[in-house]
Amino acid sequence: MSDITQTGPMLAADGTPLKRSLARALRMQKIRALMLIAPLLLFILVTFILPIGDMLYRSVDNRIVQNTLPRTVVAISAWDPASDELPGEAVYAALAADLKDAAEAKTHTRVAKRLNYENPGMASVFRKSGRKVKKWNVTDEGPYKERLIELNDGWADLELWRTVATYSSAHTMGYFLNAVDLKLGSEGVEVRPEDERIYNTMLIRTMRMSLIITFSCIMLGYPVAWLLANLPTSKANLLLILVLLPFWTSLLVRTSAWKILLQQQGVINDTLVWLGVVDDANRLVLINNELGTIIAMTHILLPFMILPMYSVMQTINPSYLRAAKSLGATNWTAFWRVYFPQTVPGIGAGSILVFILAVGYYITPALVGGTKGTFISNLIAYHISTSGNWGLGAALGAILLAVVLLLYWVYDKIVGIDNVKLG
Amino acid sequence: MADASHTSAFVEFERVQKSYDGENLVVKDLNLTMPKGEFLTMLGPSGSGKTTCLMMLAGFETATHGDIRLGGVSINNIPPHKRGIGMVFQNYALFPHMTIAENLSFPLEVRKLGKSEREEKVKRALDMVEMGAFGGRRPAQLSGGQQQRVALARALVFEPELVLMDEPLGALDKQLREKMQFEITHLAHQLGITTVYVTHDQTEALTMSDRVAVFDDGRIQQLAPPDQLYEEPTNSFVAQFIGENNTLEGVVKEINNGIALVQLDDGELIDCKPINVSKPGERTRVSIRPERVEYNKDRMREGAHTLKAEVLEFIYMGDIFRTRLRVAGNDEFIIKTRNAPDQTRLQPGQQIEIGWLPEDCRALDA
Repeated sequence: MSDITQTGPMLAADGTPLKRSLARALRMQKIRALMLIAPLLLFILVTFILPIGDMLYRSVDNRIVQNTLPRTVVAISAWDPASDELPGEAVYAALAADLKDAAEAKTHTRVAKRLNYENPGMASVFRKSGRKVKKWNVTDEGPYKERLIELNDGWADLELWRTVATYSSAHTMGYFLNAVDLKLGSEGVEVRPEDERIYNTMLIRTMRMSLIITFSCIMLGYPVAWLLANLPTSKANLLLILVLLPFWTSLLVRTSAWKILLQQQGVINDTLVWLGVVDDANRLVLINNELGTIIAMTHILLPFMILPMYSVMQTINPSYLRAAKSLGATNWTAFWRVYFPQTVPGIGAGSILVFILAVGYYITPALVGGTKGTFISNLIAYHISTSGNWGLGAALGAILLAVVLLLYWVYDKIVGIDNVKLG
Repeated sequence: MADASHTSAFVEFERVQKSYDGENLVVKDLNLTMPKGEFLTMLGPSGSGKTTCLMMLAGFETATHGDIRLGGVSINNIPPHKRGIGMVFQNYALFPHMTIAENLSFPLEVRKLGKSEREEKVKRALDMVEMGAFGGRRPAQLSGGQQQRVALARALVFEPELVLMDEPLGALDKQLREKMQFEITHLAHQLGITTVYVTHDQTEALTMSDRVAVFDDGRIQQLAPPDQLYEEPTNSFVAQFIGENNTLEGVVKEINNGIALVQLDDGELIDCKPINVSKPGERTRVSIRPERVEYNKDRMREGAHTLKAEVLEFIYMGDIFRTRLRVAGNDEFIIKTRNAPDQTRLQPGQQIEIGWLPEDCRALDA
């Protein structure tokens, strides 16, 4: 009877606590399971988590200034950037020493490039001075303030020094501010001049167009998914192949095909002119603008909308519609009150998929978007591969990631992520 | 017991045919008349056309030929939502995204009833099936039996005159099924609704219905009250399909004064009641119910016809004994006896003599 009335933890037959006994029994199983997924885990870690982490870190990494100009960074901390006077001789001396070292190590151009993102024009000051300072003796040939200003009057520019002072810390919000058209001035965050603003517009355009594309996919995909779910199997399979066919064609080929169809001398315009719907002189501009991107991307992303909706619709028993009709509902009421609500998880899943894919799309907008129809990802690609401003590219990417996560969270709050069904 | 008087016909099928592919008829020449308030069951094996008939009545299938009338009006071209027929589906078809109360409210909403009236009717319907406390739940949170009750309440809440039920108890366990059978019949009679009930379970058909229509091969094989159906099947399909049945095959020798003399295939001669045999020389299947066969000499009634039999198997089933015999070359001859204190338990291998009254032995079509 004692084992019934005992109040302590449950014991196994040998007297060890049951919990520990159970954990031991399951440990082997857990280790074996872990071993099975270990290769994939490692692969994901090395090829996905680490690079993304590295990229995200680059969006705040500013160590290059400290590493290249260590003495200047220390010396300038004593200077008040808000004052209307140039820094003192000590700062210039430190800069001359740093610049000489950097020029010898050929790293002065890199820090020049970094600071040039924040204050255009600084690169040439650094580059030109670096070449000369390399030959200087930096220990006893002062005063360096006059010599440097003589060398390049850029060194007499207060703004230049303010930029150096602002971006002397190891980490910076500069890239992120830049990515939303702000900048870190000497008096804190300020709005960029109008002609330098571009990223907010791009971000909003990307969101807006992705929403339009998602909505178009819902409107076009819903009837197709319904057909797929309700046709007899043989016909449904044929239709499914047609839906999947684009997956088996290269993305580039599909996008190029849209170019041929949509351009002003293209198939659609030719047909419309031939039919007399459109005047030959006023051919429709269907490509190299937002419309072109929307049309091509809707087509490319449509299967991602159809498939989740189809798999949800397949599980909806046709007797629900019959029940609704037998209860007196018209076809429309039966659809809207009974069928449609049950397909919402499918629409949700498709929408999340399409929206997230659309927000980060790159090739198609680049090919058919012209200047008006490009996405934020085209800018990211530009910064990563052409301008070399990886920090800004990383910041833009991080913002995109944050926006997607935020939308995902909002969706979870409103619809509930449990309601998403992919199959 | 409702009679099939044609003057008070409420539901009528007249020469109805149905084909899905244009080659085969699923329903062949169906004629059926139901008076108001009747509980009629369509019973038959799967593929016999019973569900198709129900779907035609509900409006989900169109009749290929013939006329279906409701209250004297042809409903062939009336869409399902205007027929005002309540329906209980096999899988209940409760809308999963609505609560129980919303499910019941749905038919009232589409009929544009006011809120207070809706709430009152929903409450009354839920109380009727003893589900009053479950209005706020979702269908998935209910057990099968509870869902069944809700489905029933939903089909009744808008007070239809005709309710169709498509194997509504198929998914329930035996005990619950028996309880629901009783409740459904009770409710139907209490509310005076006309009910068409489809099932393949013959016990269900027998216990619930005023009349049963036995379907096979797209035709009604027999339409009769349950007792008549069981005791007086008019053909061998019905005899086989309803209840347990022993069949002996043979040839009609002569028919005299309502008694047919049948020579069984092993040469034995027995007296039978001729049902659908008309002339000597015809092959026939003789049908005898297992519980009408007697082997205890003391209980054998006068005029009983006797035959020799060998006991093959004795099965103890609690309330009854089921004994398998070899009779006239048939190894599957079953007799059932009540488990009474004085009842003998037969042993396999025993040679016995069995007997039955000629009127319990029906000579049917071969």
